[in-house]
Amino acid sequence: MIELNRLGATRAFTRRVFLVFALTVCTVSSVSAQGVATINIDNFTFEPAELTVTVGTTVTWQNRDDIPHSVVEKNKVFRSKALDTDESFSFTFRQAGIYDYFCGLHPHMVGKIIVKP
Amino acid sequence: MADDNMDGRGPAVDRRGALECMIWAGTGVLWTLSGGVPKSLGLVGEAFAADAKGFTFLQISDSHVGFDKPANPNALGTLKEAIAKVKAMPAQPSFMIHTGDITHLSKPAEFDNAEQVIGEAKLPVHYVPGEHDIVDEDRGKAYLERYGKGSKGAGWYSFDDGGVHFIGLVNVVDLKGGGLGNLGAEQLAWLEDDLRGKSDSTPVVVFAHIPLWIVYPQWGWGTEDGMRALELLKRFGSVTVLNGHIHQLIQKVEGNVTFHTAMSTAFPQPAPGSAPSPGPMLVPAEKLRSVLGLSSVTVKQGQKPLAIVDTTLA
Repeated sequence: MIELNRLGATRAFTRRVFLVFALTVCTVSSVSAQGVATINIDNFTFEPAELTVTVGTTVTWQNRDDIPHSVVEKNKVFRSKALDTDESFSFTFRQAGIYDYFCGLHPHMVGKIIVKP
Repeated sequence: MADDNMDGRGPAVDRRGALECMIWAGTGVLWTLSGGVPKSLGLVGEAFAADAKGFTFLQISDSHVGFDKPANPNALGTLKEAIAKVKAMPAQPSFMIHTGDITHLSKPAEFDNAEQVIGEAKLPVHYVPGEHDIVDEDRGKAYLERYGKGSKGAGWYSFDDGGVHFIGLVNVVDLKGGGLGNLGAEQLAWLEDDLRGKSDSTPVVVFAHIPLWIVYPQWGWGTEDGMRALELLKRFGSVTVLNGHIHQLIQKVEGNVTFHTAMSTAFPQPAPGSAPSPGPMLVPAEKLRSVLGLSSVTVKQGQKPLAIVDTTLA
């Protein structure tokens, strides 16, 4: 799935493609016993910017930029340290809901995780 | 160079103008006061900077000590070169202003290295933090312990020197998702109080890391409530705003306010919108220094045009 994400890390992705991509991840994570998903941070964007997972899924953010980024949930549900290049941060979603997050260093970078029961 | 779109009448630097006024990785900008109006003498190393007379100060920015990626594998080395140029100046400036991102990751060793190198200039340094300086575990404690003495809140303060009122603001704390740089209500209230009783004719220099005006919101290059600070400064006859963060030189004049962003001593960033992202811009190694530029700016009060002359150092 990480490979899939990498392939999908095309900057010109349209919102529609993101959605399809998110659904793919959702499908994969729902059949996976581990329930994992990866979000790439590249070119000052979270990819995919919107991701739907099921409760219990562990999402890992991987910084592939040559500048540090962080992952901060709007309501302080989770907050990573500054992630240098190739560092990652994981969070396991135990509750259904919509989680809006942003980069604490570059707050114009935003993303959303939709956690379904 | 042509200054047709920087004449103080236009609301902002347009795209072409912005590109023209930018120079990549640089060292520092020397400022002097001419009749109470700050005037940029050009980049350090420029021959006529030596002619500076009277009260001068220097701005350096975005040292990113600890950065070691391809855009500049040795950010500490280029900071050393910048400081060497400062030391070689025949007329020493009164002090330096560092407009943030001293370090890359707020690590103790990065702060130590920065302090050691910058200290070699043997000049007083007035700092404000960049977002890279407050990513320690306690989110800014490391910065404040080193540089926060006598400051308020997240590290803001003011002082007077050479007949000028200097204000260091912090706009990298408590940032909101989807937003830009942020000063916050507490700091704005402090600013209002700080300016109370100051005569309109007092020249004011404001410095902060992220540009106080909106340069390019798509990349977060601006300050959400920067306009509120500028409102408070409106009555002053001469206001100079010095920022960093965007690793390139942009200048504009609006009424009595001169805006200036400094180059980084570490690595260049692309012109607004000219790349997919604002990440470090890779230029050929031999170009990193040879495209060092210089710019001299004459600032006049009122609606008179801003004279900008840019020349490369090569």
